[in-house]
Amino acid sequence: MYTIVLNGQPRACAPGRTLRQLLDETGYAQRRVAVEINREIVPKSQHTQREIHDGDRIEIVNAIGGG
Amino acid sequence: MNAQLQPAAMDRADPLVIAGRAYRSRLLTGTGKYKDLDETRRATEAAGAQIVTVAIRRTNIGQNRNEPNLLDVLSPQTYTILPNTAGCYTAEDAVRTCRLARELLDGHALVKLEVLGDQKTLFPDVVHTLKAAEALVAEKFQVMVYTSDDPILAKRLEEIGCVAVMPLAAPIGSGLGIQNRWNILEIVENANVPVIVDAGVGTASDAAIAMELGCDGVLMNTAIAGAKDPVLMATAMRKAVEAGRGAFRAGRIPRKRYASASSPIDGTIG
Repeated sequence: MYTIVLNGQPRACAPGRTLRQLLDETGYAQRRVAVEINREIVPKSQHTQREIHDGDRIEIVNAIGGG
Repeated sequence: MNAQLQPAAMDRADPLVIAGRAYRSRLLTGTGKYKDLDETRRATEAAGAQIVTVAIRRTNIGQNRNEPNLLDVLSPQTYTILPNTAGCYTAEDAVRTCRLARELLDGHALVKLEVLGDQKTLFPDVVHTLKAAEALVAEKFQVMVYTSDDPILAKRLEEIGCVAVMPLAAPIGSGLGIQNRWNILEIVENANVPVIVDAGVGTASDAAIAMELGCDGVLMNTAIAGAKDPVLMATAMRKAVEAGRGAFRAGRIPRKRYASASSPIDGTIG
């Protein structure tokens, strides 16, 4: 198992997973989110190809109320 | 002349233009601090806002999966979404947040830059704000920049290429109203881009004063969301911004120390 850091929390992730699969697992695949892996934006068009690597630091963000 | 059509025609003649796009509303609203998304929607509609700010935050993994999303309620098809960099204390964090926002909103380049310097006052860190503005303009963002009420700094931010300069009236959420109207006036008179008072408005008269000074718009959140009746306050703010703009365009009379009679002096009896 890989260990990744997702939104600041450690999380186990099976080797060979793609970002799209991770988004499916967490319920965000159909939501309006943006994803950054190791501080690099991963465009939506690359979610299905992008593989998760051991130690990746992933941020999934959305828009919420703010001023 | 059709009298009923006149107000609409006047609106069309006086749009707020930001980054080449025309808006009929000069009241920009934040979407934070509301009780729920329905109240957010009702207040935003009552304000007549066309540009609404949002914050970019981590999703709550494993929680609220089916909760409605803010952008389902305030659709980017209807509103111009203005993602902010609230909570950023360095230029680097602000730029990173803007890049995430652009990805989130499918390449949308308009952002509200704010880099804070201090948790107590939430005053902008102007050094980091300048740095971030330069970096964002170089990356083709359209930057609406939150800044202090310093006329020189406002000019520098315009020169960097920001599409709007947004000086504070008073600290964020303070409700103190415009603390230095001479500085705001100086910023307005020197600006070649829209000047929008952002932060510190408490009530309708504060918004009207900003507009009477010649500001191009007002951005507020707490003054509406924190009111006892946010929807009613949103309506009041819409009217205040419209009234203030009208008074500015009409050209007020000069202030004089002594009276001048409104009725003719000739023909009085006795």
